[in-house]
Amino acid sequence: MTAVTPFAPRQPIADDPLDPGFGVYVHWPFCAAKCPYCDFNSHVRHQPVDQDRFVAAFLKEMETMRRLTGPRTVTSVFMGGGTPSLMRPSTVSAILSGIAGQWHMPDGIEITMEANPSSVEAERFRGYRAAGVNRVSLGVQALNDRDLKFLGRLHDVEDALKAIRLAREIFPRMSFDLIYARPNQTVAEWDAELKQAVSYAVDHLSLYQLTIEEGTPFYGLHKAGKLIVPDGEQSAVLYEATQEITAREGMPAYEVSNHARPGAESRHNLTYWRYGDYVGIGPGAHGRLSTGGAKIATATERHPETWLSRVEENGHGMVDQEVLELSEQADELLLMGLRLTEGVDLARWQALSGHDPDPAREQFLIDHGFLERLGNSRLRCTPAGMLILDAVVADLAC
Amino acid sequence: MAAMSTNSSTPLDHIRNFSIVAHIDHGKSTLADRLIQSTGGLADREMSEQVLDNMEIERERGITIKAQTVRLHYKANDGETYVLNLIDTPGHVDFAYEVSRSLSACEGSLLVVDASQGVEAQTLANVYQAIDNNHELVTVLNKIDLPAAEPERIKDQIEEVIGIDASEAVLISAKTGLGIPDVLEAIVHKLPPPKSEGGEKAPLKALLVDSWYDTYLGVMVLVRIIEGRLSKGQTVRMMGTDAKYTVERVGVLTPKMVAMDSLGPGEIGFITASIKEVADTRVGDTITEDKRPTAKALPGFKPAQPVVFCGLFPVDAADFEDLRSAMGKLRLNDASFSFEMESSAALGFGFRCGFLGLLHLEIIQERLEREFDLDLIATAPSVVYKLFMTDGSERELHNPADMPDVVKISEIHEPWIRATILTPDDYLGGILKLCQDRRGIQIELTYVGTRAMITYDLPLNEVVFDFYDRLKSISKGYASFDYQITDHKEGNLVKMSILVNGEPVDALSMMVHRMAAEKRGREMCEKLKELIPKHMFKIPIQAAIGGNVIARETISALRKDVTAKCYGGDATRKRKLLEKQKAGKKRMRQFGKVEIPQEAFIAALKMGDE
Repeated sequence: MTAVTPFAPRQPIADDPLDPGFGVYVHWPFCAAKCPYCDFNSHVRHQPVDQDRFVAAFLKEMETMRRLTGPRTVTSVFMGGGTPSLMRPSTVSAILSGIAGQWHMPDGIEITMEANPSSVEAERFRGYRAAGVNRVSLGVQALNDRDLKFLGRLHDVEDALKAIRLAREIFPRMSFDLIYARPNQTVAEWDAELKQAVSYAVDHLSLYQLTIEEGTPFYGLHKAGKLIVPDGEQSAVLYEATQEITAREGMPAYEVSNHARPGAESRHNLTYWRYGDYVGIGPGAHGRLSTGGAKIATATERHPETWLSRVEENGHGMVDQEVLELSEQADELLLMGLRLTEGVDLARWQALSGHDPDPAREQFLIDHGFLERLGNSRLRCTPAGMLILDAVVADLAC
Repeated sequence: MAAMSTNSSTPLDHIRNFSIVAHIDHGKSTLADRLIQSTGGLADREMSEQVLDNMEIERERGITIKAQTVRLHYKANDGETYVLNLIDTPGHVDFAYEVSRSLSACEGSLLVVDASQGVEAQTLANVYQAIDNNHELVTVLNKIDLPAAEPERIKDQIEEVIGIDASEAVLISAKTGLGIPDVLEAIVHKLPPPKSEGGEKAPLKALLVDSWYDTYLGVMVLVRIIEGRLSKGQTVRMMGTDAKYTVERVGVLTPKMVAMDSLGPGEIGFITASIKEVADTRVGDTITEDKRPTAKALPGFKPAQPVVFCGLFPVDAADFEDLRSAMGKLRLNDASFSFEMESSAALGFGFRCGFLGLLHLEIIQERLEREFDLDLIATAPSVVYKLFMTDGSERELHNPADMPDVVKISEIHEPWIRATILTPDDYLGGILKLCQDRRGIQIELTYVGTRAMITYDLPLNEVVFDFYDRLKSISKGYASFDYQITDHKEGNLVKMSILVNGEPVDALSMMVHRMAAEKRGREMCEKLKELIPKHMFKIPIQAAIGGNVIARETISALRKDVTAKCYGGDATRKRKLLEKQKAGKKRMRQFGKVEIPQEAFIAALKMGDE
């Protein structure tokens, strides 16, 4: 149906897809400046942030979460934001010790931290490594200064390359993000930039499309017609080019926008997409926890200082704790799982939804080349199906 | 009911039966209110605006749907007290037959014309009907208090356009009450009293003017006594339906109900007689005494014939039973509206409904939605076609979906109308083009000052499809339009089907003239292309006549529908979006593999509104 090369008949990614693991996510909600496209929970403070007070609150919230999860073995930790590389190494160290104090934390598990390539932050890389971080994810976003400026980034290409070099030297594993489908971006330009990126990358790349989110400065500009982003057709072409290039360069997609050399996938992200359990610590963090036979969805207060005082008062900053119905879990399993090239385990989905996928719909999607069976047990999207994933999921979930 | 007021009938020469002829908004109802008020029919505190327009919709739209009547006692300047019976008639062409029956119950009419706007199309149609019924006319120029009033110019216009003497027109303002006494004097002195050949002694002969359902008293019948006497306890027979009833109550409306023992020649009043449904009474029927019947029924009786049909379907299939019961309730009071069950692949279960015209359709739909809180989809209105089959038989076609195989049809005949349009001459060009485009045949074009009067013969089929909306938009609302059905003529008509992904969509098929088919088909395909969301595959949309595709559009396949952004642990937001998508799919109608949003049907059927 499309020019995209078929997915390699790859083995289930990393370890066992049926054991989605148990991840811990910690959110650092501060940034030095807010990027105009970003709708994540990030805040700019002009006074120094009291990091010790936040650490104490993180640890307190972990205690509460530990009561909900019971004893578990952590398979990955992810510190995201915001800009976690604004934390002092000692803060990072205290957070990791805190996690190890609540759950079993074997040596060598994946511990990722997001970092910005600005020079000040890069200087702290050795400190983070010493604290236990073994994987860094750099917010590079573009490899030309004009676009970095447009995206409101505080670094330039030189900073980015330095940070990449330093990260490769210091951390055993490294990934970086790029944002594409920028205004007026051509396939040729993106092709060149992406090839360059692949040459700098170790084994993992996150390649996101610029999306216009409500409440961001870009949203207003876009609405006023002052910012034009590639439309459906152009963004589809860019997406297809991305799949082509990364596959050819040995870093094929394993998720809609994540690419890795086989075996180097992010363990933590796989837990999300395989619909495992994860604890969300910090302001505006989400979690999925199995507790007392039920699966609950947790969400914490987004505003940092409000979250802080809630934790100090109640031991946690949760504003939402929802017990998920089986059918809701089935929906979540499907919409997260079909983002992966390994697809979803049908028996697991069947157990949650109480039925098989509608045979006529499934056959229709297979006949049109959007869906395929991997053996008898797994269902996954073809590259053509991945391009219209939201429609495929909506069709199957009915 | 108030106590009995009178047993002896009023002498004929002290009775005046009249109606009011006017265009919408020219002040008919306000004048009626003013007449009731100034003769003491209702105390000031009992007056609500437009007393006679009872229904919410009537008041809002300023139109009368059901005929209403009121009996006024007026002490004239000559010292005598007269009984004035006012029958307020429906002002719209859809109810032309009802109007003609109401007019035939009177001897005269007040012709009310707005003193600044002048004669409009509806004024003309109604005034000619009054003249056909041998009415004497009293011309009344209303709204003369307005700065724009030009009574002299309008008088000239009336003389020129209608051809009646307007020199003695009464100048009034119904709003302020100015000139009302002059109107009352003119009614007494210029309009003739009723005549009665056989008088009181003759066998009963009464005209059934109208009927309606009263929650407390059941079916009430409005009658005009021609000859003889109609009394409580009498056994009467409806000569058209041959049904017998015993009269339970006799009375008049002032507009309050006042009981009487009987009604005599020339009088107008109501009766109740344990009649179950309004549908059992036929407007225009002759009522006589069962044991001493009149020799000859009144002329002109004909049962109501629906001329426009459309399907009405509930938006929510679960409302089907509610819709059925709501229609039953409306029919209690409106026998001219018919319905029978219909099922459509596109729209589920609903009803095929017949109406007297487009306004009637609109009113019924609006009442169902408003009074019964139902959401409805109406399919494109269709007229009644006469099919002459090759085997010599003849049948009527109410629904394009029922169209038989064309090889079995020798001729299709469609109803034609004669339309009268009055417009400021600025818009004449556009209106003539509209009429030509709609296969119109010009009959007459005359000027009165800067206003043009156009008479056209048009196929009704072209008029039910957005003609009135187009006319209003071309003339910025200034043109007025009226019509009457003249006859059926053979037409080069075809059934156009719409196919989505190769599947015919029954609710969208329509009868069109062959010459117009391609344009209509193209418009429909273009509209549907906009309305049907992209699917995972290409969807052809075709308009076809039989097996011939005459227009085609293609909805391209969905190209990209995945969010390639960073998704972390927030599965909730994605799930909520999915739930919304799933809920949206539930509101879709499935055609083979294609899901068509219900809104697309509604919008496609409304095509041409803009």
